[in-house]
Amino acid sequence: MARVAEHAAALDVERIRADFPILRREVHGRPLVYLNSAATTQKPRQVIQALVEFYEQHNANAHRGVDTLGEEATALFEGARAKLAAFVGAPDPACIVFNRGTTESINLVAHAYGRKVLKEGDEVLLTQMEHHSNMIPWLLLAQATGATVRHLPIREDGTLELDALGSFLTHRTKIFSVTGMSNVLGTIPPLRRLADAAHAAGAVLVVDGAQLVPHLPVDVVDLDVDFLTVSGHKMLGPTASGGLYGRRELLEQMDPFMGGGEMIREVYWDRATWADVPWKFEAGTMNIAQEVGLAAAIDYLGALGMENVRAHEERITAYAMERLLDAGARIFGPTDPSVRSGAISFWFKDIHPHDLATVLDQEGVAIRAGHHCAQPLMRVLGVPATARASFYIYNTPDEVDALIDALRVAERLFRTA
Amino acid sequence: MALEQLYQEVILDHYKNPRGKRAVPGAELSCSRNNPLCGDEITIYAHLEDGAVADLGFEGSGCSISIASASMLVEAATGRPLNEAQDVAVRFRAMMAGSVEPDEDTFGDLVSLTGVRKYPARIKCAVLAWDVFQEALSGAGDATGDAPH
Repeated sequence: MARVAEHAAALDVERIRADFPILRREVHGRPLVYLNSAATTQKPRQVIQALVEFYEQHNANAHRGVDTLGEEATALFEGARAKLAAFVGAPDPACIVFNRGTTESINLVAHAYGRKVLKEGDEVLLTQMEHHSNMIPWLLLAQATGATVRHLPIREDGTLELDALGSFLTHRTKIFSVTGMSNVLGTIPPLRRLADAAHAAGAVLVVDGAQLVPHLPVDVVDLDVDFLTVSGHKMLGPTASGGLYGRRELLEQMDPFMGGGEMIREVYWDRATWADVPWKFEAGTMNIAQEVGLAAAIDYLGALGMENVRAHEERITAYAMERLLDAGARIFGPTDPSVRSGAISFWFKDIHPHDLATVLDQEGVAIRAGHHCAQPLMRVLGVPATARASFYIYNTPDEVDALIDALRVAERLFRTA
Repeated sequence: MALEQLYQEVILDHYKNPRGKRAVPGAELSCSRNNPLCGDEITIYAHLEDGAVADLGFEGSGCSISIASASMLVEAATGRPLNEAQDVAVRFRAMMAGSVEPDEDTFGDLVSLTGVRKYPARIKCAVLAWDVFQEALSGAGDATGDAPH
């Protein structure tokens, strides 16, 4: 606990907040209390400035021309790739494919790897706590190949039923794809253990890193994962930034995903050869400015230190869970803050999450309400939807208090009926 | 206060004490649909007699707006000839879209739902039951017995 307190002090939240222009605005006459970072994070001026500077000073298509602007844009774009590679511990920038983020990355793996290796009777293993973006691409793949999709169950406490892993992960399993951090339950699975189990069964491990990468230090070599997705907009970067880490030898074996300009080596009327990785997977004009903005976001997080980011979130999550439970909320997922994220799904006084979110919005408090793109998980939990408050580097204990005060307003409103 | 305009007492009353929240025995028409925004699902049951909506009910779970709207739908459409019931649905949608002015004589309690117009994301909640109702009625031609001729 002393270690956590020391780290938390290392994160100067007031100074961080000053970097986020949007946190100065009001909503319905109240200061904005933004508790929806699991959906998308706000952007510091350093990231916004990187976008402005790119468009004002360096805008050109990357990898196309020999002019000065073209060289500058290419250098910034490839520099961003090296930064993202270093951020996730990738041994080589060529292991990073840029694209719009996790959804596109999983679709890429399902098409370019899945269609190549899966045969009828093979299996793709998922878990019961996956986001639709880590379900639907595999369903489509199963339909196309005759493979089967299975789901490792979760326990009552929202952790994975690891005792059942042996019966779900078999010689038929070719791909095991799991979230690194549940967007609903906050659960953080033991990825290294899952990677070892997958490899022992002859499968590859795909990690949906949409929630994981923004919140914890990640090293793909230590974790021994084969693929890891990154959503830049959930880690201070622009929307449609991020991409895919892939083990180099796997990326090299894979077929292209989309065809078009820049992903080729030679083109003839009747055939073509492909560019080297990662460009084989980057058809057409890319999200250059967005990835340059993501590089600024990585610099920002790097300066804070991901251990400090995690320590701050653990502390604020512990406080939020304590206050929510005191207020009578039912929390889904693990209750120990040291094994979960700061995305807290809850049910409060039988007030429907959408009613709750509307009342909270009137109080200036932004949360998410709904099924969180996890309809099958909602059925497991036995609720149609949940409310979710999620925290990041700029959130304060005062904002947790504002959340609780706003919940009281909702309680009063719905009690008087 | 904006909140009181949205969550008027009449809405909260319909939410806490929904009218017609039951399956209708002998319903020729039934239809289910969910709100993709939140996963809420509503099923509408209608029993027709002599070309009129003789009995109407609904089942499902949802937010206060969607349940109150379903409850008000039951009150507004029960007993009406089929074409009139369909007309109420069309005019309710027009009112929620802002192209028809709320008028208590025509709309009764439904007027209270116009507060939702200020919350575009929630309009889906208010029209969910009506979507299902219209889809159920569209099957009236196929229903046995009492479909209008």
